[in-house]
Amino acid sequence: MVDIVFWIIVGITIGSAFMVVQSKSLLYSAYALLFTFVGVTGLYVFLWADFLAVVQIVVYVGGILVLIIFGIMLTNKITSVNISHASVQKGIGGVVVLGIIGVLGYMVFITPWNQLAATEPEQTSATIGRLLMMDYLLPFEVASLLLLGALIAATTLSRKEN
Amino acid sequence: MDNLNSYLFVSAVLFSLGLFGVITRRNGVAVLMGVELILNAANVNFLAFARFGGMNMAGHVYALFVIVLAAAEAAVALAIIINIFNNFKTINVDDVSELRQ
Repeated sequence: MVDIVFWIIVGITIGSAFMVVQSKSLLYSAYALLFTFVGVTGLYVFLWADFLAVVQIVVYVGGILVLIIFGIMLTNKITSVNISHASVQKGIGGVVVLGIIGVLGYMVFITPWNQLAATEPEQTSATIGRLLMMDYLLPFEVASLLLLGALIAATTLSRKEN
Repeated sequence: MDNLNSYLFVSAVLFSLGLFGVITRRNGVAVLMGVELILNAANVNFLAFARFGGMNMAGHVYALFVIVLAAAEAAVALAIIINIFNNFKTINVDDVSELRQ
């Protein structure tokens, strides 16, 4: 039963990711991206990352996807019904990407991965918080500086000059 | 669902589809979507190794940093794309190879 659910989630993820890169309409791509993010969230749950699953929904679906849809709306005339976007060199690109899938898949299946029998963590968010405040304090502060920089840069870039 | 390989393979397919989007799309926003797919693939890898490879909670912290970087990158990239659209009236990444108008 759990296996079936897992493969359904994998199917949703891969299928909608394919729609994202394949669809003729940019808005359809954005909606397919929503399903990809939700599918990846399902994978996170299978990987015992409940806190990150919630973060994924909040940040990706609530933030990045909305930003992307804003970007689509602002860079197209709203009256043009067909917000399309062409793809180039699909043939060569497809061959290259299939080759990459082949090489990566072969690598994944022949490598003798050192798997450990892990136990399900008792509390994820508390442990993540402790790690962020102790072992990863410097990267945490650097990330906050980066977010501040990105905030200022985004407002400066998108402000109209007058 | 209980072995590392299936997660790694799903992540490899997700990465390749994102790469396909980046190299075939000519619309700036669509290229950004491909980059998001690639970042998600990396995150799935981090969490798969966190569960099966003994990375434990450190993998979760790395994935959290990836999400933070993705958010910052999306905000700046969309600001740049909107700026390009205001200046060039197009967001076809092939048409905007010049630094000046």
